[in-house]
Amino acid sequence: MSKCRSCREPAVIDLPRHNANFCAEHFIQLCLRQMRRAIEDFSMFGPSDRLLVAVSGGKDSLALWDMLHMEGYSADGLYVGLGIGEYSDESGRIVRQFAAERGLVLQEIDLRNEYGFDIPTASRATRRVPCSACGLSKRHLFDDAAKRGGYDVLVTGHNLDDEAAVLFGNTLRWDVEYLRRQSPVLPAGGGFGRKAKPLVRLTEREMAAWCVVRGIDYVIEECPMAIGNRHLAYKEALAGIERSSPGVTASFFLGYLDRMAPLLAAAVEHDDPVPCRRCGAPTSAEGEDCAFCRLATTSSSHDPVPVRVVLDRRGRKAFDEQWGVPEGESDG
Amino acid sequence: MIVHLRQPRREVDVRGGRPARAVLNELGLAAEGHIVICNGTLVPSDTVLAEGDQVEIRPVVSGG
Repeated sequence: MSKCRSCREPAVIDLPRHNANFCAEHFIQLCLRQMRRAIEDFSMFGPSDRLLVAVSGGKDSLALWDMLHMEGYSADGLYVGLGIGEYSDESGRIVRQFAAERGLVLQEIDLRNEYGFDIPTASRATRRVPCSACGLSKRHLFDDAAKRGGYDVLVTGHNLDDEAAVLFGNTLRWDVEYLRRQSPVLPAGGGFGRKAKPLVRLTEREMAAWCVVRGIDYVIEECPMAIGNRHLAYKEALAGIERSSPGVTASFFLGYLDRMAPLLAAAVEHDDPVPCRRCGAPTSAEGEDCAFCRLATTSSSHDPVPVRVVLDRRGRKAFDEQWGVPEGESDG
Repeated sequence: MIVHLRQPRREVDVRGGRPARAVLNELGLAAEGHIVICNGTLVPSDTVLAEGDQVEIRPVVSGG
């Protein structure tokens, strides 16, 4: 049986990228150390800042909220009900339970109740892929809630694998503007609040392990609407390289931040955003609605679309295996 | 040995008495993309899983 590198007690996890195994106690210390280092290296926030944590019910955001709480930060949670059928129902239940058990403040926004649409309907009404409609809505609502709540920083649970996959995709397309904007911390400006990603030095396997070690219940199943998306394909490609070269994902992303991002920082000119004429959020189109308001206007006038209807074949199969076929929606 | 898998939830019956890594290999699951929980405790991939152990293998990759 493998032993912890620090104390020689039985290990609970092997981490090839560190070429080491750790017991629960020293694994927790490792994760907290990595988060502290990210917060300090990128000057994300200080001990007196008020943080708003975007929580989905998945391992990363709940682990992040737990870690920030352990470290003594003032961190409230924000959960957005996306209306993705039973998946959203379970996510909401888990987040509420997490907050209640720890006495943490949780804010909630329900897309359907407050904006008149949900993600499956937005996807169909605007002909966007579901992850695009979801990402656009969440970015807008997170920003807006952080601003209205007077929070200093919006923090998200994006981990090392998430960021490396985004970098990989942007590099494959040589999308210089997206590459330039990819940073673990985005300063406030142009109507946007400050944003930070304290988990950029930790992998998703480490975050899943954190939740198990800390006894955190989280949504294990993938969002049915994300199955087969491009982001997962990039992760799969990187995982294949990581398998033969442990640590390569970290050196790809962290090396980019260290050596390439500074070169790109001043390389692209961009227009300053202007306020959306409807909601006041920053947008690039003067005198027009922002992308979220356009999506909300189109989607809220559309009849509700059940989640299963907008899934591709793989997503529908996974959805049916996980949640069962709703009455009257059989393919046969 | 019954192994509980996720996404979707299902159970498979595999031979015990071998390291978790061998079970992952047999099931075609990459060690880097999964964690193994044996009798409620997280275990490294060289842990020998015995017949009668309660084993769960969870995927860790998410695409959101």
